[in-house]
Amino acid sequence: MREPAIVVEGLEKRFGEVPALDGIDLAVDEGTIFGLLGPNGAGKTTAVRVLATILHPDAGRAEVLGRDVVREPAAVRRRIGLAGQYAAVDPNLTGRENLRMVGILGQLPRAVIAPRADELLRRFSLADAADRPLRTYSGGMRRRLDIAASLVPKPPVLFLDEPTTGLDLTSRNELWDMIRELVGEGTTVLLTTQYLEEADQLAGRVAVIDGGRVIANDTPARLKANLGDTVVEMDFADDALAERAMALLGGDGLGTVEREYRTVKVSSNRGAHVLVDVLRRFDGDGIEPDTLSVREPSLDDVFLALTGHRAVTEGSGGGGA
Amino acid sequence: MSVLADETPMDVSLDRRIPMGVVRDTVAIIQRNLIAYRRVPQLLVFSTIQPVVFVVMFRYVFGGALSASLPPGVPYVDYLMPGIFVQTVVFGAIATAIGLATDMKSGLMERFHALPMARSAVLSGRTLADSVRNVFVVALMMAVGFLVGWRIHTDVWGLLAGAGLVVLFGFSMSWLFATVGLAVGDPETAQAASFPVLAPLVFASSAFVPVETMPEWLQPFAEHQPVSVTASAVRALTLGGPAADDVIASIAWSVALIAIFGTISVRLYRRAV
Repeated sequence: MREPAIVVEGLEKRFGEVPALDGIDLAVDEGTIFGLLGPNGAGKTTAVRVLATILHPDAGRAEVLGRDVVREPAAVRRRIGLAGQYAAVDPNLTGRENLRMVGILGQLPRAVIAPRADELLRRFSLADAADRPLRTYSGGMRRRLDIAASLVPKPPVLFLDEPTTGLDLTSRNELWDMIRELVGEGTTVLLTTQYLEEADQLAGRVAVIDGGRVIANDTPARLKANLGDTVVEMDFADDALAERAMALLGGDGLGTVEREYRTVKVSSNRGAHVLVDVLRRFDGDGIEPDTLSVREPSLDDVFLALTGHRAVTEGSGGGGA
Repeated sequence: MSVLADETPMDVSLDRRIPMGVVRDTVAIIQRNLIAYRRVPQLLVFSTIQPVVFVVMFRYVFGGALSASLPPGVPYVDYLMPGIFVQTVVFGAIATAIGLATDMKSGLMERFHALPMARSAVLSGRTLADSVRNVFVVALMMAVGFLVGWRIHTDVWGLLAGAGLVVLFGFSMSWLFATVGLAVGDPETAQAASFPVLAPLVFASSAFVPVETMPEWLQPFAEHQPVSVTASAVRALTLGGPAADDVIASIAWSVALIAIFGTISVRLYRRAV
């Protein structure tokens, strides 16, 4: 067994009286995506800044690929890439100039910098805009360049602090694909997000943090499994039709079936399979519901169940003690 | 096409030391800051248009009233221009404060912190880039000076020595304003916070008017503060007369300011993200 790529033990950091990290423990396996999920102010960014050697912890220990972030910061910096919440790029330089600057400052040998920058520009679909100053880029393009910049030194460990905040759906999906691709090539990714769907989509393992503490640490599937069931809900034209549907669905282990007037609800812990079974039975009997909806338990529900409050973000007081 | 297609064993490639890393990092940051001056000419407006306005205003508007208080035989324009050069680099140093504060706010500073680069390069790359800009701006102001009738009474060596003193002093001012920019961490605030620092330095000085015209309680400060000392040194170098004392005092001020504010701003940089 190899050591985990990232190890965090009892990490504490306070700003004045406020504990931003209140004893965090984490372990991230090499070549996986680890999600750090929580609302604004939960401590996600502070954790990333400590791991990236930007902040000194007050207590506890953190290692990246076996290098201590406090005792060997230079060695850690040679092994990490960081893309922050705000696109940390120089707006007056072109895309190419930005990447080359990071190559120099990342201590890459001169000969590899230019081809490396070109390769990343192609890969992030920025080749056409490579020689334009960043001031002319859209928000999504800047974010892509920011992430490309963090990849110039080929870091084996990548920290992405809310990488898709403020991106439109298309850009977000493109970015997700790129992150998956990187991990496919062996990169270890620690990703913070307040989007519950994002952690669910990308991460193999998720730590939910709130008020500077880890309140859950598991696979997204198991976090959701603890919450229970997939619910299929259907409305029918009249009570009689709903009754027939009940008869078709009830009985043999499809799940819990309930009827309330013209509405029939099937709850099951078999995930999406339940929907296929429901439709198969209707098809055999020629019954059609007027409306049909499927509700999966989301990490939103996980958060509510764990903390007792919603994962409220923007401008609310959520995430406090 | 793979992002990680590198066969070198990880620890060898990651910990390879590159000699001259500090110089290479600093040059990269200088280049980046100079590119900004080329692409965003507005950045140069404050450090070029403003002193030209001052030249015209003092030379033609206040010059007549002021020439009475000058030693006989010294035209006001010859008194004024050395003061303008010094004033130009003090005002120009605000760009150091704004530039560093902008990098802090944009998150670029955070990226620099997480890179295995020389810690000193971010600050010295900024102050050195602003010194390169000062060389051009001072040369430009000399050309403007010649156009409005400024003449050198010594020789070209006096002129070059004066220009060198002004650029050295500008470098020390960049460290002073680097401290201001890092302390406030926001470009708008940096601009606002810089003016109260700059105003007494520039205006309670011998840059535009002889110190003897000021109230007695102000004279000791106005006489010995670094803007006055440097302006006097450049005057002595271009008008003639004993220059050594003022030149030495000006260099001493610049070196002391660089030492003090260099230390403070490096401390602030280590904490500032």
